[in-house]
Amino acid sequence: MASGLEQPGIAAAADPMVPRPLRIERMRQDTHDTFTMDFAPESEFSFAPGQFNMLYVFGVGEVPISISSDAARKSEFQHTIRVVGAATSALKQMKKGDAVGIRGPFGSSWPVAEAEGHDCLILAGGIGLAPLRPVIYTVLAHRQKYRRVVILYGTRTPEDILYAPELKDWRGKFDLDVHVTVDRGGRDWRGNVGVVTSLISRAAFDPSNAVAMLCGPEVMMRFSLLELQKRGLTAQRMYLSMERNMKCAIGLCGHCQYGPTFVCKDGPVFRLDRIASIFGKAEV
Amino acid sequence: MSGSPAQVPLQVNDHLVVDVSDFDELFQALANRGYEIVGPTVRDGAIVYDRVTCTNDLPCGWTDEQAGGSYRLKRRADAALFGYAVGPHSWKKFLHPPVERLWEAKREASTFRILPDAPAPPKRAFLGVRACELQAIAVQDKVFLKGPYVEPGYQARRDNVFIVAVNCGQAGGTCFCVSMNAGPKATFGYDLSLTEVLSDGAHHFVVHVGSLLGAEVLSEVRHRTAGGADTRAADEIVAETARHMGRHMDTAGIKELLYRNYEHPRWENVAERCLTCANCTMVCPTCFCTTVEDVTDLGGEHAERWRKWDSCFTMDFSYIHGGTVRATTKSRYRQWMTHKLATWIDQFGSSGCVGCGRCITWCPVAIDITEEVRAIRESEPASSPADGRDGNDPIA
Amino acid sequence: MIQSLERVIEQHPFFKGLEKAHIQFIVGCAKNVRFAEGEVIFREGDPANEFYFVREGLVAVELMVPHRGFTTVQTVGAGDVLGWSWLLPPYQWRFGARTLEATRALAFDAACLRAKCESDHHLGYELFKRLSSVITERLEATRLQLMDLYGVGA
Repeated sequence: MASGLEQPGIAAAADPMVPRPLRIERMRQDTHDTFTMDFAPESEFSFAPGQFNMLYVFGVGEVPISISSDAARKSEFQHTIRVVGAATSALKQMKKGDAVGIRGPFGSSWPVAEAEGHDCLILAGGIGLAPLRPVIYTVLAHRQKYRRVVILYGTRTPEDILYAPELKDWRGKFDLDVHVTVDRGGRDWRGNVGVVTSLISRAAFDPSNAVAMLCGPEVMMRFSLLELQKRGLTAQRMYLSMERNMKCAIGLCGHCQYGPTFVCKDGPVFRLDRIASIFGKAEV
Repeated sequence: MSGSPAQVPLQVNDHLVVDVSDFDELFQALANRGYEIVGPTVRDGAIVYDRVTCTNDLPCGWTDEQAGGSYRLKRRADAALFGYAVGPHSWKKFLHPPVERLWEAKREASTFRILPDAPAPPKRAFLGVRACELQAIAVQDKVFLKGPYVEPGYQARRDNVFIVAVNCGQAGGTCFCVSMNAGPKATFGYDLSLTEVLSDGAHHFVVHVGSLLGAEVLSEVRHRTAGGADTRAADEIVAETARHMGRHMDTAGIKELLYRNYEHPRWENVAERCLTCANCTMVCPTCFCTTVEDVTDLGGEHAERWRKWDSCFTMDFSYIHGGTVRATTKSRYRQWMTHKLATWIDQFGSSGCVGCGRCITWCPVAIDITEEVRAIRESEPASSPADGRDGNDPIA
Repeated sequence: MIQSLERVIEQHPFFKGLEKAHIQFIVGCAKNVRFAEGEVIFREGDPANEFYFVREGLVAVELMVPHRGFTTVQTVGAGDVLGWSWLLPPYQWRFGARTLEATRALAFDAACLRAKCESDHHLGYELFKRLSSVITERLEATRLQLMDLYGVGA
């Protein structure tokens, strides 16, 4: 039985405000407030790392969620979701077989191609690791195209570490540098304690030939960018993923405006020089 | 009675004269073609846009007196049909409706089926569209039709519209279309344009044919060919209007001016007055922000998605989990004004403001966008660099 | 190859840019130290007689909280400075330090270094400049940690 239910005669692109109901293939709890939902649509689903879908819960509402799976796999995709409001709470209550309305993919993507031939620095905070995971998969699948690859990940406590088995697996690779830190350690934690920015000064990469991709709370990105600048990275070599209120995801409702950009279509991934004049300005 | 219907077919760019006594024939010609005509009419102490069926429905002999935070209807000494500027409504009410259902959905076992509403807008004729309003429609065209995603409802409504423009015979108290290069003369985007002429007992319209469809419609209305004196009289009326603008805005380098003044103290000043009532965004003919509401019936079997006008002045417009990005009044006013006059240019290639003055008139505390720009321009810190940054970048 | 202490000091990021003469002046206060995994370097309340520049390894800066046990507030690793309670009276550790991995460090005799700073104010200024930088970075990082950035509402 096909798991994707297409509306007869409605192609996804015909009206970009109409979601496509897709059945959940699998639900998995990641941490106390974060879970991952798998989908396996009948027709091919293509996206670029960094893009997002709008997920609709019947009668409740819609939220923008980054796609967190491998972009090379066209027959399935995943969303890692953190419970922060009504729609995400409703999503958490769903089970395998329930239908979620999908619109997308939308938005700009990480510079996976531009980073080829460079050192690759992937810096994630909290749930920010989810939109970056597709980059990690892509880089690992084409490892020889990149030089040094460093993953720096910070989160609240050891219990909040996302994708822990995969992180351990990545850490075990000889051609990958993975460093994890937590804000608060707890009794059994024997790893780094401190903000993720503190991992930057020691990270082994060549600032004259590196591309950095950051995703996490805005404050964390702001301080991380300062540290990266101290190490010598320029604004043309740093990319971040921004987040703003979204209603339509197609650049028409106006909610996601960030200075002259629309986060839904000019972002969410931005090269820093494009937004440098407003990034960090209060209440812009 | 000025003449008999012409035998020679009308062409685009023809100038004709239609007497006011024959104006109802225009209504008839449009109605015959199945158009629902919307135009100005007096209601609730204002001139609003609504269905009109004949000349008598128009605000004959009425004018509007507008100032900051003030709008009053006054009787004219003559019987002009279009002797006013603009009211609280704009044509976006019809092209980009305030409330619209996008689709409905029915629950089916553990999934659901969506039934999109097919836009089936009525054929409408807009009667009395000012030059600034034509510009505003063109501005919204860029938003809804020229981006990576086209709004299908707007497209359907826009394709069907017949536009009768009116050249303003007087400037409104808060008008500044001249500053924004948006009037007072209508120069594009209409099927017919009218200049109302009242003098020496005569009351007629000098009509300019803007399209083939306009030519067809007008051929069913009694008219005579306009002579040089007629067109000169019409031009002079418009030129006189241009000389009496109620406001002025210096737009030289305005984008850079606002980009380098995010932290100007004037924003605090305006925040002390602004009530964030959102009137300005409701009356502005180019403001296009909307919100999406997903609703369900009590039984949970039937859901709908509605789109409604929204305003960047509301507290939750920029809400993301746990907090609002623009919490202060200052940041919200700054957002609106900077968007309208500056970031709009980077987004859509032209200013978002057409100088209609509605935001000045309908602001309950009379905040004047032209005055705010002037205040920032005149009190810019001397050391401010002209490269788009105010020197306070955390990331240089 | 066993490096001379002078070389080790020169290469540690903290001392970058310090004049050779100054390095030679302070080398007498320094020695190499090693700690096994799980070793206590110093305890809260102990006199702050020595402080450390970590060359390799990972050290937990911890606080004993009744009913909660030892809580790590921060970890420091290669290239970091461990401890500044030796700078100002009463020269007593306010936190404990325990290694999480086998750790090598440069240890400085606090009294010796304080005396040298008193006698050569230029040296004192250079060291205090660097220490201020370390302390402010640590303060910034602590503030970020305090903000609970990853909590809901971040």
